[in-house]
Amino acid sequence: MTLKTFTGGLHPPDSKQSSAHKPIERCPLPAELVIPAAQHIGAPAEICVAVGDQVKKGQVIAQAKGFVSVPIHASTSGEVIAVEPRLHPMGRALPAVVIKPDGLDQWDETLTANDPGQLDAEELKTLVREAGIVGLGGATFPAHVKLSPPEGKTIDTLILNGVECEPYLTADHRLMLEQAERIIDGINILRKILGVKTAIIGIEANKPDAIAHLEKECAAHDIQVQPLKVQYPQGAEKQLIDACLGRQVPSGGLPMDCGVVVQNVGTCAAISDAVRLGRPLVERIATVTGPGISEPKNLLIAIGTPLQHLVDQCGGLEGEPAKIIMGGPMMGQTQLSLEVPAIRGTSGLLIFREQDLQIKPAGPCIRCGRCISVCPIHLQPTTIAAYARLELIDEAESYHALDCIECGCCTYICPATLPLVQSIRHAKGGIMAKRRKL
Amino acid sequence: MLAAVLSIGGIGLVAAAALGVAAKKFAVEVDPRELAILEVLPGANCGACGQPGCSGYAKGVADGTLAPNLCPPGGADVVEKIARIMGIEAVSAEPQIAVVLCQGDNSKATQKYRYLGLSDCNAAQKIADGPKTCPGGCLGLGSCQRACPFGAIEMTPEGLAVISREKCTGCTKCVAVCPRQVIRMTPLAATTHVLCNSHDKGPLIRKYCQIGCIGCHICKKTVPDAYAVEDFLARVDYAQHAQAAAAIEKCPTKCIRDFSSGYPQGSSFASPTVPVKTETAA
Amino acid sequence: MDNQLYLSSSPHIHSGETTDKVMRLVIYALLPASALSIYFFGLPALGVLLICTLGCLAFEAISGKLMKQPLTLVDGSAALTGILLALNLPPSCPWWIALFGSAVAILIGKQIYGGLGYNPFNPALVARVVLLISFPVQMTSWTAPAPLGSGIDAVTAATPLGEMKTAVMLTGKLPELAGSGFGHYFTGNMAGCLGEVSAAALLLGGLFLLYKKIITWHIPVSFLGTVLLIGGIFWLVDPSKYPSPLFHLLTGGLLLGAFFMATDMVTSPVAFKGMLIFGFGCGLLTVLIRLFGGYPEGVSFAILLMNACTPLIDRYTRPKIYGQVQNT
Repeated sequence: MTLKTFTGGLHPPDSKQSSAHKPIERCPLPAELVIPAAQHIGAPAEICVAVGDQVKKGQVIAQAKGFVSVPIHASTSGEVIAVEPRLHPMGRALPAVVIKPDGLDQWDETLTANDPGQLDAEELKTLVREAGIVGLGGATFPAHVKLSPPEGKTIDTLILNGVECEPYLTADHRLMLEQAERIIDGINILRKILGVKTAIIGIEANKPDAIAHLEKECAAHDIQVQPLKVQYPQGAEKQLIDACLGRQVPSGGLPMDCGVVVQNVGTCAAISDAVRLGRPLVERIATVTGPGISEPKNLLIAIGTPLQHLVDQCGGLEGEPAKIIMGGPMMGQTQLSLEVPAIRGTSGLLIFREQDLQIKPAGPCIRCGRCISVCPIHLQPTTIAAYARLELIDEAESYHALDCIECGCCTYICPATLPLVQSIRHAKGGIMAKRRKL
Repeated sequence: MLAAVLSIGGIGLVAAAALGVAAKKFAVEVDPRELAILEVLPGANCGACGQPGCSGYAKGVADGTLAPNLCPPGGADVVEKIARIMGIEAVSAEPQIAVVLCQGDNSKATQKYRYLGLSDCNAAQKIADGPKTCPGGCLGLGSCQRACPFGAIEMTPEGLAVISREKCTGCTKCVAVCPRQVIRMTPLAATTHVLCNSHDKGPLIRKYCQIGCIGCHICKKTVPDAYAVEDFLARVDYAQHAQAAAAIEKCPTKCIRDFSSGYPQGSSFASPTVPVKTETAA
Repeated sequence: MDNQLYLSSSPHIHSGETTDKVMRLVIYALLPASALSIYFFGLPALGVLLICTLGCLAFEAISGKLMKQPLTLVDGSAALTGILLALNLPPSCPWWIALFGSAVAILIGKQIYGGLGYNPFNPALVARVVLLISFPVQMTSWTAPAPLGSGIDAVTAATPLGEMKTAVMLTGKLPELAGSGFGHYFTGNMAGCLGEVSAAALLLGGLFLLYKKIITWHIPVSFLGTVLLIGGIFWLVDPSKYPSPLFHLLTGGLLLGAFFMATDMVTSPVAFKGMLIFGFGCGLLTVLIRLFGGYPEGVSFAILLMNACTPLIDRYTRPKIYGQVQNT
């Protein structure tokens, strides 16, 4: 099969060799789980338990608020020992439920198994919503919203994101190798919800074993496996659709505007569990890796596990940590400390030491044009950044600042080490603030 | 030679005549008072009046739609001149200047992380609420200095913003741009201020800043009328600012400063020996 | 206690490519041409190279201090400007002209605009053109190549382009330039500026830059291609009056200009389409000035004129963004 791709992008070193071959390991429960109410795009959930409550695994501890929101569940059985603001991956203290596990790990008895064949699209969607399913690729967009296109938007293709283009991360890779049947079950459920036949799994060519395995497993289900050229950010929705189908999502639009829905393979597996087993999203696979970790691993973690506990499971730190990153090195978020809990969107924990960082003061832009040639959206990052620094928000908007997907290619390649993504984010903030005033 | 002189001269005459006719025919009627007002305004186009530049303000005043005392950089001087041009009575508001209510520079306050990136306070604030541990303190990345149209703000070598009392015109641009609201407008005549912007309790403040207000109330006990303490943070009551200086030596953390005896440590501004602008409310 | 962790916006890894690395690679690419110029023209060439390079460094340091800016010498751009300027001067250039040129290049070509990245014109070319117009005699006094060790002192000679222009102006016909001249043009055995002579060395440097991805093919190919095309058309129309495209290619500052001066990132367009237009404009102007202009060589002026057009070219060659909606 020929390798498809998109224009732009670049190829940073994979750095996946330290964990790509390691099977998923279940991470034991920590002494206490800190489960924040805000773990997804949309309104944070409203906490509905109190200190002293006994909870079971999968029990709702915070309820969804509005349509673009999902409920939050207890990741294990135990006692609620606190309901208070705790340090959140966003960098400040936000409301959270703290649970002390009782060691029994008992599921909530009211959760029931289902046969997807007996349920219609609406019922399946309700199960997806109630299970708190959000995009596990890192965006954490509520899945049921994605699966509810408004009137007039017809979906003809489902694309599954098995690309995992971020360096260092290998969680989806291991999932595809070890639990393909869960993914395929999820795909079939999604096909039923959306009423589509065509399903394509996009996988980067640096995972030949996963491609071969899935091609074999998918043959009987009429699911196409599309190998893709190794190029970052192939895993970004827009680039994935462009590479697989040759369609471009219109500027300011969503994949549904060109008839496509994209879901991460991890999300598919979670949807399978939600429907078939009735189990909500209380755990996920994350890659704990980086030069600052002694033994990188792919761990199956309970939502709410403090990062320190994950580090302890991986042989501890290697040297002094200088940067703690939740996610991958290109788009991940730096953290204030290891006490921060892992949440639904935590695809990886990456630790860098001082010697692994390239800290150089920014110089003047030499107009080399590299940022323009690598931008997958074909923007002019240096121009937008220059306008942002001068606070010329309207000009930044005219150069399509809002179309930036913040992939980081421009900043990665810039010889002057300009903080391009940060400047473009600054412009975006200014544009949205201006729009709110009007 | 003659042909050249005549032809060039002729072109010049024709052009001059055309320009003269155009000047008369396409002239825009402008209220002469508007031009006179524009003449006396400072011309910095800072926008403090809320209009798009000095010409916008001049037009509004000449129209009668704007009050004559909306230009802080102009001060009472300009209000008086505008009043004379418009033939009205004008009362200038009490002049106000901006003060950075913080002395916690890098030598006195801790950082909760090492910040890498754009040297802009608003950008830094977006990353985990800013690198300074104190939630209300000055970040020292210079956004206010860049926003000031009058060059009145300096950044000390240890990363603290300080505003010159002589150069500040009260345009409020710095107040708008600061993500921590640590800059406040205060009456020009008031020289004593509590330089702290954190409402955290005393023991917590002591962990991250040596010169912050711990809410001990001693200033209020010393001069009850001049201070108000709310949520562990003392503030000078500017209606009684003249008495406030008496509490300075009693303050245990030395967070109260009288600017007439000097600017915060590290600042290059020299304290004026006499108050600079001596107008009082008319 | 200060937290020692770093927090920043994403991304958190970097390619490692830096401005000074880019500058250094360009300097390496110019070493073959510089070395050959010393071989062909002897110590005077070395002198010009040293004065220009050190002069540019000195003026950058002085102006940086006066402007109260941090020291930028380490980014290598001043040294690079110095070498490029030297390669644009004749070997017999007096030291004070070379020094004056360095001052013009750095102070007027770069620093008054705000330093690296802000100058609209190529600094080395600005200096060369200022010198050419201010000191026409010294700037057009050429010596024949006297390879080191050949024992020959400097002998005045004319450049191939100079001979061509003079002959065409006087007789309306090309001079008798033997076909064997092409071999000399390729290796560098001809009169000219330090950097104009050896096509082989310049091509080597240019290919090195392409291989290292410091420059892309767009400007050199469109520049040289246009010269070959337009020069070729004129040559076909009247071969007795207009020289062959190969002659255009190998003489004068064309190769130096196409690979090293027109490709200067700061002063050329940022998008690929814009680069092609830029190269085409340079090529067209070069040929027109060479054939019909008052100066025998048009590369410097052509590039400077196109530098002036760069902002306009940038404005109209913005890449089409992903998902561009038709009605915007």
